[in-house]
Amino acid sequence: MFLTYRKRWRWLWREWLTSTDPKKIGVMYIIVASLMLVRGAIDAGMIWLQQALASGAATGYLTAAHFQQIFTAHGSIMIFFVTMGFLFGLMNLILPLQIGARDVAFPLLNSLGFWLYVAGAALINLFFVVGGEFAAAGWLALPPLSELAFSPGVGVDYWIWSLQISGLGSLLGGINFIVTILKMRAPGMSLMKMPLFVWTSLCSMFLVVSAFPILAITLVLLFLDRFLGMHFFTSSFGGNPMMYVNLIWSWGHPEVYILMLPAFGIYSEIVATFSQKKLFGYKSLIGGTIGITLLSMLVWLHHFFTMGAGADVNAFFGIMTMFIAVPTGVLVFNWLATMFRGRIIFSSPMYWFLGFISTFTLGGVAGVLMGIPGVDFQVHNSLFLVAHFHTMVIGGALFGIFAGITYWFPKVMGFKLNEKWGKRAFWFWIIGFFVSFVPLYILGFMGATRRLDHYAASTGWQPLFITAAIGFIIIALGAAIQIFQIIVSVKQRKPARHASQLAGIAGGQNMDDPWNGRTLEWATSSPPPVYNFAIIPEVRDRDAFWAMKKESKVISHPANVKYQDIHMPKNTAIGIYISGFAFLLAFAFVWHILWLGLVGLIGAIVCVIIRSFDENTEYVIPAAEIARIEASFPVSFRASPDGIGTSRGIP
Amino acid sequence: MNPKSKFVFLILFTLSAVILFTLLIGDHTVAILNPKGSIGLQERNLILTAVLLMSIVVIPVFILTAIFASKYRASKSQPKYAPDLDHHPIAAPLMWAIPIAVISILAVINWRSTHALDPSKPLESEVKPLTIQVVALNWKWLFIYPEQNIATVNFIEFPERAPLNFELTADAPMNSFWIPELGGQMYAMAGMKTQLHLIANEVGEFAGSAAEINGAGFAGMRFVAKSTSQSDFESWVQGVQQSSSTLDLNAYNILAEPSENNPVAYYSSAEKNLYNEIIMKFMPASLASSSRERSEPTAGMPSSTMPNMDMPSLQ
Repeated sequence: MFLTYRKRWRWLWREWLTSTDPKKIGVMYIIVASLMLVRGAIDAGMIWLQQALASGAATGYLTAAHFQQIFTAHGSIMIFFVTMGFLFGLMNLILPLQIGARDVAFPLLNSLGFWLYVAGAALINLFFVVGGEFAAAGWLALPPLSELAFSPGVGVDYWIWSLQISGLGSLLGGINFIVTILKMRAPGMSLMKMPLFVWTSLCSMFLVVSAFPILAITLVLLFLDRFLGMHFFTSSFGGNPMMYVNLIWSWGHPEVYILMLPAFGIYSEIVATFSQKKLFGYKSLIGGTIGITLLSMLVWLHHFFTMGAGADVNAFFGIMTMFIAVPTGVLVFNWLATMFRGRIIFSSPMYWFLGFISTFTLGGVAGVLMGIPGVDFQVHNSLFLVAHFHTMVIGGALFGIFAGITYWFPKVMGFKLNEKWGKRAFWFWIIGFFVSFVPLYILGFMGATRRLDHYAASTGWQPLFITAAIGFIIIALGAAIQIFQIIVSVKQRKPARHASQLAGIAGGQNMDDPWNGRTLEWATSSPPPVYNFAIIPEVRDRDAFWAMKKESKVISHPANVKYQDIHMPKNTAIGIYISGFAFLLAFAFVWHILWLGLVGLIGAIVCVIIRSFDENTEYVIPAAEIARIEASFPVSFRASPDGIGTSRGIP
Repeated sequence: MNPKSKFVFLILFTLSAVILFTLLIGDHTVAILNPKGSIGLQERNLILTAVLLMSIVVIPVFILTAIFASKYRASKSQPKYAPDLDHHPIAAPLMWAIPIAVISILAVINWRSTHALDPSKPLESEVKPLTIQVVALNWKWLFIYPEQNIATVNFIEFPERAPLNFELTADAPMNSFWIPELGGQMYAMAGMKTQLHLIANEVGEFAGSAAEINGAGFAGMRFVAKSTSQSDFESWVQGVQQSSSTLDLNAYNILAEPSENNPVAYYSSAEKNLYNEIIMKFMPASLASSSRERSEPTAGMPSSTMPNMDMPSLQ
């Protein structure tokens, strides 16, 4: 028993943890992000429960200090470790497949990026284990509150360093995906033939690369204030907290679009696939995406119109903010036009898409409103604002993530998620969403500020807070249904897989292309072999796989194809080791342990040096082995050699 | 459920939600939609105008989504199915033109309203303006009336229709000063002075709050803003001037210590120049002495100007 346990661990280490396969890294990202989602959702529930209770004489069940730690944790975790984790996970899973590549450009960097993310996630929860407390200064830790004078505990240091290392991971991931997209596309896939998800991810990653260095520096400066008593952001001795507010939002606003853009890409893929139609206005969509990308760097000041900037400055940033609605509106119009004269199949990803349209439009109106400084003065830091950005992040990013996971689940796992339970989960989520957040919009208009752990009974806010808490319960039921959905799907998977093994026989459930897909990720088996494509497909059309199917340039059996050897990166644990040392370094910074910091720093550097002398980082899969693997897959549509010409692109 | 009954269900659901929320609000004021000051009123009208303009785009989007989703479902026969329809010579430019047009109109409104509602702009009225200096402390609001030479904690009174010149600073973490029924917020920051001009159109008591998280006592940092007639205000000032407590430097330093849920307090007099000294204590001594000619704070935010003053720092 013990031995089998041990063997499983070894298997886990060898096959998963040390893997450089983006598909496996993607799955691990999604698992960690799901765990963090549960963690963040429990925080949300605690916040809502406190606010539903603490009216007038009742003070609720939490102290103010505890409550403030919880909302800080909720915000930080949901943004950095849930949404970012899910998006990097989906990109890892799908991007290489969509561009017809076998791997990412920098497999080790990819693994390192993931493990830094894990190290950050571990560090931000570490106070549960080793003590200390969570930061209580809000998810952006604005000084002077986050300075040592007002936050003397280790909470803010934990916050700084977990964001610092996971942010470094995001930056590495960003570089990796930019290079992957620009350099590793299949032959024939020009930039203007890339699927929309690839485009939006590319723009998102450009934002990561431009914005995350700002975050890194800002965090370092804040830490220097706290650690060495410097005065970058203090109120006295020439420090200036307003500088921090500007810096953090010059990262923070692009960050919003880092989360949103890939979701836009997911919706674009889904609306085309399930409308069984070409995406309408491809160029407009790309233009819109690029427009959003550029504008998102020019609007950070709208987060603090109330800081006393003059009317000219405020109006400029307000107008820039409103103009983001133009490309966003264009995106929505084009998605609608894609549905026009389609044959829309209402699978659950399409439900999420329609849910997104309804929430996102509402959130967009609220967003444009707040882009007007005169309006923002009234709703800034109110629950109206809280409702607005939850509409965007839940209705926009999270629904997109759910849609993407449902859509690509069969690709990765080889079986579909149960549709019936998926749709039920959707209804709980969307109804729960409105029940939760419409009250918050109203409360904002009634003058309720955010982050209140207590309010006077005379305000009359309690019924609305209670309604919001009921909404949370509905959402939580939706999430429970999703967990149940996965269990049901796993239990039911055998027949589906069986059927797919017997495919070729009429009606066999072949999961290689379960949705009648359009793009290249469906042009290989599900789950794909480690090398993704035995033969790199040649792209002639935007909807590459759709075109191949239409022109019947697909083969029924891969046996008569000549394969070549494929070089793949070996697994490596170096990413884990470096992240482990980075974790030690960060931990040492939090608790001011000099020797441990040195161990972490030197350890990480030594790991990099050792790795740089390792020249044996690849292995070869011989052609015969590929033929054997390919033959073992069920019959399916594959990119045919006729559509390929020579199989270049194989190293 | 068939699509049609689903649609009916959705409409009924929405309607019942609207009724439910109206009931939940009850007779409590929705401050931002029922403002009691002309600034708040203009800001409310701005909200309504913008929402109205945006509905030009938003409502068709909702309607089209519903129509397309029901009309082009695969379960119906789709004789007009056009799998390769991916562009249209008129639709594409129109998709850009409509939002650009709407947003351009909004941009003009934005520019004008931002200048009209600039919080640092003094308001015009036939009534004499009243200056109130606001200090955000941990965790209470200190108000100094320089002309009346009185001070209060967590309570202000002022005549209706008198332009209110709030001068804000903090001797604690950054905060945001908000009286929703009168108008928008402004940050209060240590070592700096920001300005907010509001006016109350009628007599009443309005809730005021702190809108920026600043630590443990955040939720209890509330105050009451009371608008009265001119004569009531004058007698109130006289009443405060009878108060036994005075706000000298010593009393201020005790008050500035962190405390939660402070009761209202009145001070019959305040240390001369106290407000400026609170600002200047965040300046290094060298800067403070050389700042006499300066009109800009360190970050150069145009309207958060440093007061010119003739005194050294207090610490």
